[in-house]
Amino acid sequence: MDTEQWATLSNNLVAAATVIFGLACIAHLIEWSSSRISAPDAETARLPRQLVSAVQVGAAAGGEDAQSRREGGERGERFARIGVALTILAAGCLLVGVVSRGFAAERVPWGNMYEFATAGLLVVVTIYLGLVRFMRAQWLGGVITGFAVCMLGLAFLAYVPAGPLVPALDSYWLLLHVSAAAVAGGAFTVGAGASIFYLLKARAERETPEDQRHGYLWRLPSSAAIDQLAYRVHAFAFPVWTFAALIAGPIWAEHAWGRYWGWDPKEVWAFITWVVYAGYLHARATAGWRGKAAAVIALVGFATFLFDFIGVNLLASGQHTYSGL
Amino acid sequence: MTQVSDQQARTRDFARTAPPLPPRQFARWFWRQLTSMRTALLLLLLLALGAIPGSFIPQTKVDPAAVIRFEREHETLTPIFDRLGLFSVYTSPWFSAIYLLLMVSLVGCIVPRTFVYLRALRARPPKAPARFDRLPASASYETDESPDEVLARAQSVLRRRRWRVDVDDGSDGVGVVRAEKGFLREAGNLTFHIAAVVVLVAVAMGSLWGYKGSVIVVEGEGFSNTLTQYDDFSAGGWFDAGDLTPFSLQLDRFDARFVIDGPQQGQPREFEAQGSYVAEPGADPVPYDIEVNHPLDVGSSSVYLVGQGYAPVVTVRDGEGDVVFSGPVPFLPEDASYTSSGVVKVPEAAPEELGFEGFFLPTAVMDGEIPRSAHPAAANPAIALFVYAGDLGLGDGLPQSVFALEKDGLTQLSGEDGKPVRLLLQPGQTARIPGGLGTISFDEVRQFARFQIGHSPGSSLALGAAVLGIAGLLASLFIRPRRAWVRTRRRDGRTLVEVARLDRVSGADLGADVDELTEELRRQSSRPPTTAPESGKG
Repeated sequence: MDTEQWATLSNNLVAAATVIFGLACIAHLIEWSSSRISAPDAETARLPRQLVSAVQVGAAAGGEDAQSRREGGERGERFARIGVALTILAAGCLLVGVVSRGFAAERVPWGNMYEFATAGLLVVVTIYLGLVRFMRAQWLGGVITGFAVCMLGLAFLAYVPAGPLVPALDSYWLLLHVSAAAVAGGAFTVGAGASIFYLLKARAERETPEDQRHGYLWRLPSSAAIDQLAYRVHAFAFPVWTFAALIAGPIWAEHAWGRYWGWDPKEVWAFITWVVYAGYLHARATAGWRGKAAAVIALVGFATFLFDFIGVNLLASGQHTYSGL
Repeated sequence: MTQVSDQQARTRDFARTAPPLPPRQFARWFWRQLTSMRTALLLLLLLALGAIPGSFIPQTKVDPAAVIRFEREHETLTPIFDRLGLFSVYTSPWFSAIYLLLMVSLVGCIVPRTFVYLRALRARPPKAPARFDRLPASASYETDESPDEVLARAQSVLRRRRWRVDVDDGSDGVGVVRAEKGFLREAGNLTFHIAAVVVLVAVAMGSLWGYKGSVIVVEGEGFSNTLTQYDDFSAGGWFDAGDLTPFSLQLDRFDARFVIDGPQQGQPREFEAQGSYVAEPGADPVPYDIEVNHPLDVGSSSVYLVGQGYAPVVTVRDGEGDVVFSGPVPFLPEDASYTSSGVVKVPEAAPEELGFEGFFLPTAVMDGEIPRSAHPAAANPAIALFVYAGDLGLGDGLPQSVFALEKDGLTQLSGEDGKPVRLLLQPGQTARIPGGLGTISFDEVRQFARFQIGHSPGSSLALGAAVLGIAGLLASLFIRPRRAWVRTRRRDGRTLVEVARLDRVSGADLGADVDELTEELRRQSSRPPTTAPESGKG
């Protein structure tokens, strides 16, 4: 295939991935709505045997309510599986799409904003699917697929045809600096998703009386377990971001621009993101900041990351003007 | 960064309600506050907040031209911003105050923690708690082995797993193996924070002793590394001009390649400056080849290619027919297709001084009223110049930009139709200046390279510290400090073995760990176990 054909293939696959992510998101939304009326099977299973039969008797006597709840739960499970399957399919399309973009441009496929968005999203989805595989984190599915659709939609706005790099980007540091930024950004995204669920679940645990604890949130792991997951993802992302923004970036800047740190807007916001996530890690070890405050700091960190990626490209001028916009 | 303890909280309440503290106690209270984790956290967030304005407001150190533009456009805001130091946020007193406080807080935390850590390294693993069933994970079993056998095996099992092990051969019939592991976590934590301080020191070194300057060198011309030759130059407070590496270089040839067609048409592909340099006076010239991302290192200085453009060579004859100017004039690129602006100043022209202001167009297209450039490569070069005559203002001793005319003493020349004269020239062409003031010729196109030359001492120190810091960070994030105890006591002629684990950070599956350790102790026992293990909670 020549570069034109690779480019067309890449565009088609990224478009297909967007649609499939959309379908996956819908599947997860149906899962949520089903769970709203579903009795928590897991909780029933944990009850002592005699109580379960009492519940079942009660359900039989009480009418169709419990019956429909159980059916809703099964439907939710089914749609969760459909959502994950569609996400795997979409991730496959995106992977081949990103790789063929590399063949089309004859270089690593993260040289402008569109490419960074698609490659970074591939990281997000890969981390998410890894968490599904090893930590049964499919409850993140709705947020992740929704984010994927939004991000790919925005990426199309920043679309530029595949082409060669400007001389400033023509360096092997593009491989290290930008891929590390994409990996860290992908992990920040997943971490932010988990932090949102942590805040929701923690509030529900505080405010919902014992007897009203059914619905989607109560099918999720405990807030402590979600917090642990969020922490692990962030603990992975932070050193990678440190490498991308504070080691590889300065080394490259020294080679290309003759200074390792120059308070370019992109550098400023990368630094802000780093500082906020450093704050998150400290907050988790500080009395009175654990839990809610730490999760909010993590979300602020993600907002600064998004601003660094999108806002700085659009609003500020500086030396990192490679967005193609 | 010590954790906020109850005692500290009490100290604070006390400070709020009690009469003012004597100075010494106040100092101690203040120091405790400053070095508390909560303060460090707030300072960190404040640092992030304080960094924001510098990304929106132009910074003198980053883009001085943008600051001048901003000052022109915002007359009311400028004095306010200036007073707040918002044009140089990262060196302003308030920003410095934040990071200096953060640094003091950091040091005030690192030093005591280092001593605590060193003591902990020498100390024995902690004593066993009285009741294992209150710990997050514990298990027990009974065996016919003697306590000594069990304790000896527990030691060897834990040592093999690289735990630090110590044993209490209880005189009261209770024996305990205490074990501890994961000391590198705190070492990593300390390393990371020390590295952060070292990076800041290295950056400070760079800004105190470093220098940075840029210069435009046209093909065929040269540069020698002395202050007077720079177009712009900035250096740290402790920099000495005598420290400049005494090299010189000649630019023979500059290559610029652009994408010719396709969607990325006009995008730069490659810039390359070739020539030779002399490392110090008297040395032999050495050929060089500087590209973007491939600087030239000479001594402690480095030469970077940071810009490029065109320098049309023009010759001006005055009204008396004398050649009063001849040479290349760099025009600064203003857009992606290298429409470049520049001026030619001819103070020696008679009877009147002459000034020319206008554009250089590498690929000129005359499809409208105003000629424009369609491509950055010099395929169809042209210059379009307006002409001024009068006094250039160079005699009054004030410094002037070489890229702008000081128009106060100048009159723009007009043609017979009353419109300003615009001379449009291609290489080899000559135009007459109205009013018999002379002629101007566009001889040829040359290119120029803009080099940045600089030295930032401490950059390798910063890099080394950053790499070390990341190693420490990884250790502090992923190494788990762990404690374990195995306790034996005699009960009814048999030996009761209790195993417990406690972590200072959450996340590990302690229950599984305890079960596995218990299983290993039991499996190696020569006699079969008599009771099943009772797992504790966890």
